[in-house]
Amino acid sequence: MTTSQEPRNYPFGEADRLELDPTYEELRRTEPVARVRLPYGGDAWLVTKYDDVKTVLSDLRFSRAAVLGQDVPRAMPMIQDRQSILSMDPPEHGRLRKLVAKGFTMRRVEQLRDRAQEIVDGLLDEMEKEGSPADLVEALNMPLPITIICEMLGVPYDDRAEFRNWSDRALAITAFTPEEITAGFENLQGYIAELVAERRQSPTDDVLGTLVTARDEGDRLTEEELVNFGVTLLVAGHETTANQLGNFLYTLLSNPDRLAELRADPDLVPAAVEELLRITPLGGSAGFPRIATEDVELSGVTIPAGDAVFIGQAGNRDPAVFPDPNRIDFHRENNAHVAFGHGVHHCVGAPLARMELQVAIGTLLSRYPALELAVPVDEVPFKKGRLVRGPRELLVRW
Amino acid sequence: MAKWQVQVDREACIGTGMCASSAAAYFRLENGRATAAQDFIEPDDLVVDAAESCPMEAILVRDGDGAVIAPEV
Repeated sequence: MTTSQEPRNYPFGEADRLELDPTYEELRRTEPVARVRLPYGGDAWLVTKYDDVKTVLSDLRFSRAAVLGQDVPRAMPMIQDRQSILSMDPPEHGRLRKLVAKGFTMRRVEQLRDRAQEIVDGLLDEMEKEGSPADLVEALNMPLPITIICEMLGVPYDDRAEFRNWSDRALAITAFTPEEITAGFENLQGYIAELVAERRQSPTDDVLGTLVTARDEGDRLTEEELVNFGVTLLVAGHETTANQLGNFLYTLLSNPDRLAELRADPDLVPAAVEELLRITPLGGSAGFPRIATEDVELSGVTIPAGDAVFIGQAGNRDPAVFPDPNRIDFHRENNAHVAFGHGVHHCVGAPLARMELQVAIGTLLSRYPALELAVPVDEVPFKKGRLVRGPRELLVRW
Repeated sequence: MAKWQVQVDREACIGTGMCASSAAAYFRLENGRATAAQDFIEPDDLVVDAAESCPMEAILVRDGDGAVIAPEV
């Protein structure tokens, strides 16, 4: 298959709430492995079929490490040169991943479910004291995952105003200047480095303490890897879940039929969370590129070695895998979405995120039978110019 | 050295693809769930890493004497 047309600009445009740009569907029909032009670093490939997305995510001929320090196609001006687990390939990736994986298994996370429930109950008690209407982003969506990741990592919850501010900048694409984005990362690194130093004085058995021990006693990672791992876990541990919780509640509260269905049958909550994971395009920009380390064929198109590939956001809407893909259906069989990725980089926090989302949504719906948006749906403000989408404020009454 | 035994609990597996991606010689996905390519293998730390990284703890690696090598509980 050959294409003669000019590459399309990618990302296709500013993310609009939780809409998936229709260009994805068009490309899947007409050009499933498409040439795209990024704002920086030139042209790349974009895949839109579920099977190709999974191949790009899991086939080790597509490298994340190869983007480091290179002028690769990307949505923001800075060249990525910060070493993190997100930009490592096997076997290096596995060396770091297994240091924390045990703390995030399904079994370990289930042991935290009661604690999550306690946190949600306490946060909603506070929200009620302030009275209706309330902003769920500040009342529940942010504090829940922040409290839990702080407790797991051993990061003081009282420092949240500072690290939230830094994290907000670090995950910007266009919402802040490149200097502000870099400063956000550096502030986070300095902050985690302080916590690491404290643990060298008085050891702890939290995740950060475990990493410090792995460095100091086992020499299993470098100091830079240690600090950046802490940053990644702290940021990824709250931004994604907090924003997805806002996104899911926005979707539920603006879809009365699905909301009523879930209220009538609370046992559907886990399946509803999976379906909302599938349908919600969390990414707000181009996402992370991968580089082909040798020629690879995808759907009849040869990706030459050295070229960059993006997976876009359309894999979860491929009708070949998900019939009637734009419909929200809490009864889908085999909902094998790739919302948490696939392959070696599959989200380490997936069981934790699922559990937090289930507890938060289940509790909100059972505790407030009349919960509704306090502003018209199209007036819910969304963040702009960031790596992930999410409502900036979610005013509700009950 | 005695061979290791690799077992995948397909009921527990949720198909993250981590093992099939990081240790492709030892695991593959069938109908969305992982399965061991061979039940007995020459010792290789790649398999230990895969077992240690599985979020469902669905991979069990035993040494020649039947003792569990991974995952650590």
